[in-house]
Amino acid sequence: MNSYNEQKHRFDPSQPGSLGLTQPLGQMQRGSTGRILAVSGSAGDRNIERGLLEMGFVEGACIEVLHHGFLGQDPLAVRINQTMTIALRRCEANAVLVGPLHDAAVDTKPGMTLEYASS
Amino acid sequence: MTTTTLPLGEVRRACIALVGPPNCGKTTLFNTLTGGRQKTANYPGVTVERKSGRLRTPVGHTVELLDLPGSYSLRARSPDEAITRDVVLGRQTREALPDAVVCVTDATNLGQHLRLLLELRQLGRPLILALNMMDIAQKRGCQISIEALSQQLGIPVVATIAMHKNGVQDLLGQIDILLSQTSATSKAATIDTWMEPSPEAIRAYHREVERLLQEAVIQEGAPERFTRQVDQILLHPVAGLLILLGILFLMFQAVFSWAEAPMDWIDGSMASLQQWLSMHMADSLLKSLVIDGIIAGAGGVVIFLPQILILFLFILLLEDFGYMARAAFLMDRLMSAVGLNGRAFIPLLSSFACAIPGIMAARTIAHPLDRLTTILIAPLMTCSARLPVYALLIGAFVPARSVGPFDLRGLTLFGLYVAGVLSAMAVAFAFKRIWLKSHYQPLMLELPPYRMPSLRNLLIGLWERARIFLRRVGGIIFTVMVLLWFLSSWPAPPHGASGPAIQYSLAGQIGQALQHLFAPIGFNWQISIALVPGLAAREVAVAALGTVYALSGDEGTVTEALTTTLAHGWTLATALALLAWYVFAPQCLATLAAARRETNSWRWPTFMFVYLMVLAYLAAFITYRVALALGGG
Repeated sequence: MNSYNEQKHRFDPSQPGSLGLTQPLGQMQRGSTGRILAVSGSAGDRNIERGLLEMGFVEGACIEVLHHGFLGQDPLAVRINQTMTIALRRCEANAVLVGPLHDAAVDTKPGMTLEYASS
Repeated sequence: MTTTTLPLGEVRRACIALVGPPNCGKTTLFNTLTGGRQKTANYPGVTVERKSGRLRTPVGHTVELLDLPGSYSLRARSPDEAITRDVVLGRQTREALPDAVVCVTDATNLGQHLRLLLELRQLGRPLILALNMMDIAQKRGCQISIEALSQQLGIPVVATIAMHKNGVQDLLGQIDILLSQTSATSKAATIDTWMEPSPEAIRAYHREVERLLQEAVIQEGAPERFTRQVDQILLHPVAGLLILLGILFLMFQAVFSWAEAPMDWIDGSMASLQQWLSMHMADSLLKSLVIDGIIAGAGGVVIFLPQILILFLFILLLEDFGYMARAAFLMDRLMSAVGLNGRAFIPLLSSFACAIPGIMAARTIAHPLDRLTTILIAPLMTCSARLPVYALLIGAFVPARSVGPFDLRGLTLFGLYVAGVLSAMAVAFAFKRIWLKSHYQPLMLELPPYRMPSLRNLLIGLWERARIFLRRVGGIIFTVMVLLWFLSSWPAPPHGASGPAIQYSLAGQIGQALQHLFAPIGFNWQISIALVPGLAAREVAVAALGTVYALSGDEGTVTEALTTTLAHGWTLATALALLAWYVFAPQCLATLAAARRETNSWRWPTFMFVYLMVLAYLAAFITYRVALALGGG
């Protein structure tokens, strides 16, 4: 677990993601982190939702916004559970609702996401 | 594990499919398992490449290994993922249901890669899980209990290191065990009732993977940091774009300067072969055919092999490093401005090597209209076949001066590439935003960790390209050259004729007829003749010019002599007009054929041909007139 401590995220209170707010992934600042609360698609077409789930965006996963595109615009590069980096546009990213990393309700969840709780 | 070979009667011939998510090292594993014994063909009806290879297991079974396109899920989102699904489900026509499936996963990314395995396990068919890149996982301190994983999954699990030959012995052993257990291939009932997983089902797979990892992962590995740090620079909104441009620029400079030595060497040996033959063969029609037709023709094309290999070397290296997806990320903003997404950048970049693999690579684009637009603009990317034409004309008309640290010829070449890209963007804009008006398309793309390319993969890739190119030289191009030689030398000139012999031949007559059409854009009859066989493949035009001028009475080496001949025979305006023509001209039947296969109708290739022809004529016309007005006559 040492490696994770080295990687520890410093939480800046100015970042909404660490303040306890929930917001769509597409509106998150570069460098901010959070935990996925919900992945939803439009009611009629669930393909975006399936696509996001297949790329690893699932409830409970930890994400970090690593990069923005040119002039801070599309696309975003998002790291999921510190293993996989996915590029996607804000439009799809907005189907992912992200909450704070530290959330007692979810932190009890075991598995890969444990390291975030301990950091 | 037994290593004694089976008696001949018990030896089986089996088909095993390799399935895995993109970037799991599946192709490296495939190359290690099959070595050079590979075959590439197409699946019937589509242009998805069917890669298969043969191997012999330790006990002596013969296995045909099938390398299926990478896929995150059996729910296919693009035509090549559909192939993976259909083969695995036994629904692919003229493809037997595989006797077993080897699911390849990246051991450093099991959390994401095991879902595909769970989907496959649902089918109830013989299945082996290969944990690839175990060496990297272990280096990061990750410990996985293979026994626990195998027990939990109820299937054999092996650790593989695709880069090393001995890292696959366990896999071969497991294949043997599996083949001796399953004798008859009975279709499991679940295969026929397979349905696309719903979002809820995918969530359930996620939970199952998490449970499995809790059981099997003893120690988690440290997250990869190298990629993260490198991406700070390579994905930087400004620096990243500049680096991308720099890489492309370096690529084109290298194509010119590195290839010089091997090209001189090929040129020299062709010339000495011609000399030797002209001394040792009696004067006859056959001698003319061999020297002026075959050697001049084929030699004029083979000479560009070094440039094509250098270009492919760059493209393969960038792909293997994992940079291509970054290029797509960086270009997405620009591509979306013309209505495409960053994913289209990869097929378009491959089109710089050849439009055919580019058009084929467009199958990774899920949306039909995006795919169609990408196919339609792929020929505007300057392919390597145009290099011979550009190289010849630039060599003849652009002085070898240096401008700062750069070579003026290299700069001109770069300019032609930029012209191609800009016009492709303009055409895409016209198609997508004005004419086809498609809806917004999403982008979802994995940015894989950077990896050291394997030399073996690189060599196999390059060898494949060289083989394809030389086969084309041997096939279409060679036939066309001989046909052209015939057209250019028959009928013989009348007695007492004053002009060069070719002027009286059939080719001369066709050229002179076409000249009326091409005169407004400054093409002479020699060019007009060369454009006809050039339709088969662009690079043939150079060889054709060689043939035309060789038969016009010029002797000497193929390209070098041609350069001098052209420099004296053409005006600068003509040369520039021809360069402009080649930025657009749809001079490649193979590309049109590929587009026909991909779009499954003649409608789009016909449209492609017409729109490119019109653009080529217009561009050449404007270039010629402007150059004349500026005194380039």
